[in-house]
Amino acid sequence: MNPWPFVIAAYGVSVALTLALLLWALASMRRAEAAADALKRR
Amino acid sequence: MHALANPTRFLRFARPATTWLLLIGLALTAVGIVAGLALTPPDYLQGETVRILYIHVPSAWLGMAGWMGIAGGSISQLVWRHPLAAVAGRAVAPAGATFAAICLLTGSIWGRPAWGTWWEWDGRLTSMLVLFFLYLGYIALASSERERGGEGRIAAIYGLVGAINLPIIHFSVLWWRTLHQGSSIGVTGSSIDSSILWPLPLTMIGFTCLFAAAVLMRMRAELADAKVEARTRRLSA
Repeated sequence: MNPWPFVIAAYGVSVALTLALLLWALASMRRAEAAADALKRR
Repeated sequence: MHALANPTRFLRFARPATTWLLLIGLALTAVGIVAGLALTPPDYLQGETVRILYIHVPSAWLGMAGWMGIAGGSISQLVWRHPLAAVAGRAVAPAGATFAAICLLTGSIWGRPAWGTWWEWDGRLTSMLVLFFLYLGYIALASSERERGGEGRIAAIYGLVGAINLPIIHFSVLWWRTLHQGSSIGVTGSSIDSSILWPLPLTMIGFTCLFAAAVLMRMRAELADAKVEARTRRLSA
């Protein structure tokens, strides 16, 4: 059994899910802080 | 911890910390992954599949550490009424659930070539799956409590009760000797050869920094949302 497809799949899943978590957290933070700043300026 | 109870003081710390944790986390994780894939020798028994170790072990640690954080926050909320404890719990849960999922998926992918099966109802695997479902339950409970304007006390009690699963995960390989191997890395040493082991601290620290960055970003988002809600209520009153 060729082990590399398993290794690549494991790394692919880990990198994809970690990046998805970070991008979602970053986007939600930016959106929320921009809304708070906009309201403060009003 | 108590010094950061004030949201303004917390944000003064969190803003630069988020950037630093992201940068250090991305750098260490990238170096650790490259080293784990290209610079270490294959294991004499498992061959190339041993490389899954460098992502599987950090994700298992962070899946469990996340719930330890929730349990610590729950105590802080119930005992000291720490104003950020519920916010921290809600911020930790999605990150913990993500790493518990990564642990389950990479373990399953590793299990196929190593054990000949994708899944087995083994003590370690099953207790880790229970942890993942506990996270989903916590996310649902904490967000519904927040929407109803609650203080998050029910979620805090749930967080404490769910911590019972952590020693079960840890000792499962001793209590039920089935498929998953016993601990090969301990506080005093490791049974893994150093030529294979050395990239592991890089990915452990790297993924931990990324986890912490995700938690800080979610906390900042929650605090900004709360500010918007309070201001909107004031303006409409």
